[in-house]
Amino acid sequence: MKDFDYRIVEEAAKQTYIRALCDLPPDVRAALRKAYDRETQPRARAAFEAIFRTIEIADRDKTLICQDTGLPIYKVMIGSAYPWNGARIKKSLYEGAKRATLEFPFRSSSTHPLTRVNPQTSVGVGLPVVYYDFDEDSDRLDILMAPKGSGSENMSKMQMFYPAHGVKALKKFVLDAVIESGANPCPPGIIGVGIGGTADLVMKLAKDAILRPVGQRNPDPEIAKMEEELEEAINATGRGPMGLGGDVSTLAVQIEMAYTHITQNPVAVNTQCWPARRSRAVIRPDGSVEYGY
Amino acid sequence: MAEYHLKSPFSEEEIRRLNAGDIVCFDGLLFGIRDLTQIYMFDQNHEPPVSLAGAACIHTAPSLRKVGDKWEKICVGTTTSTRMERFTPELIGRYGVRAIIGKGGLYQGSLDAMKKYGAVYLAIVGGSAALETLQIEEVEAVYWEHLHPEALYQFRVKDFGPLTVAMDSHGRHLYEEVKAEAIRRLPEIYKKLGV
Repeated sequence: MKDFDYRIVEEAAKQTYIRALCDLPPDVRAALRKAYDRETQPRARAAFEAIFRTIEIADRDKTLICQDTGLPIYKVMIGSAYPWNGARIKKSLYEGAKRATLEFPFRSSSTHPLTRVNPQTSVGVGLPVVYYDFDEDSDRLDILMAPKGSGSENMSKMQMFYPAHGVKALKKFVLDAVIESGANPCPPGIIGVGIGGTADLVMKLAKDAILRPVGQRNPDPEIAKMEEELEEAINATGRGPMGLGGDVSTLAVQIEMAYTHITQNPVAVNTQCWPARRSRAVIRPDGSVEYGY
Repeated sequence: MAEYHLKSPFSEEEIRRLNAGDIVCFDGLLFGIRDLTQIYMFDQNHEPPVSLAGAACIHTAPSLRKVGDKWEKICVGTTTSTRMERFTPELIGRYGVRAIIGKGGLYQGSLDAMKKYGAVYLAIVGGSAALETLQIEEVEAVYWEHLHPEALYQFRVKDFGPLTVAMDSHGRHLYEEVKAEAIRRLPEIYKKLGV
């Protein structure tokens, strides 16, 4: 078998970063339109109108929606029906994120946590954030890219409750976290919630939740019901777009679940701003690439 | 809710006319400042090389590129204001800034200074950098270039906005009012949620 040309993966890593920053997914656009339709406060409606103008300009000028180009996150689904080379994929993602930053060019937000030195490449030790998973039935390499800005990421919260606290502690935690975050995460966006797992897994689940298309319910009916309840509760607070009052405080609450330890009851919140940016590339063994969301 | 189209620099009178909840757009002068700009000014005692009197200051770290001697815009957006609270009362009191533009709002110290000297906080729609960048006509000057992207930027803007008066010179703080209303509604929301 001829060696796969991993420059294709590098290019896809670069293109998905740029596309995510400039082209908002259709489900996010539709959710914003739907939210605008039910918003009754004039001030909040004016905020939505500024949002729509921003999206239009970004479409027309192929420019960045938001100046915070975030930290790059890639979720990679590796089809096991083709001998993809994991180490080459990892290196290609690193190089692709770096090239996107230098060649577009846009601001690098990655920095050393102690010296605060910015390498100006959006990557560095531990970056980009990459999650790998495997699909037995596929021969494709599916790359989902999300640039995560700090306004929303800084509002992340996690708590290890005990089983005795029950489900109600989880609900209260999510609602209180959203109220405390106020205008900082640029609402109305997605409230991602993780339930179960371990301390690290629960936050990963919350991140997985914000990367789902907006409004796609969890397939588990119990969890879907909780999503609806929390959505209604958050919107009932009246915080509104940008925390200045209104009927729409969130586009959706999205929850992901994993089994946990018998003594544990973990919950995590990871918020996403209204520009809920993500982009996808599906690469086939013949080297063809299909871009999407 | 009144709507205003203003020209910067502003007079004290036109700023005192604004009330929380009003919507503002403006043309003219806009300065870009951020954490490091203000650390340089206030902690390291550097006087701004340009007058900020009557001006609007936006919390930003712009993406610009320098072509020859001239700076060009790439992407200019707004950052969270709460980090700038420590500097704001002096920015208003000592340098006569009349409008702070940002997202997320500021605290009581800034609100007191706004009341005393006549200034407002104007909330922008966060995440809308594409729109803001379009409304910036020109990067007129970059002072303290060695601090870039946290230098002192002088922009000329056209129809900049929409901006919501979120803190006014009469002591009203819209973010706090909206938050207080949410907290007032909480017991009922908790009850419905069963918590």
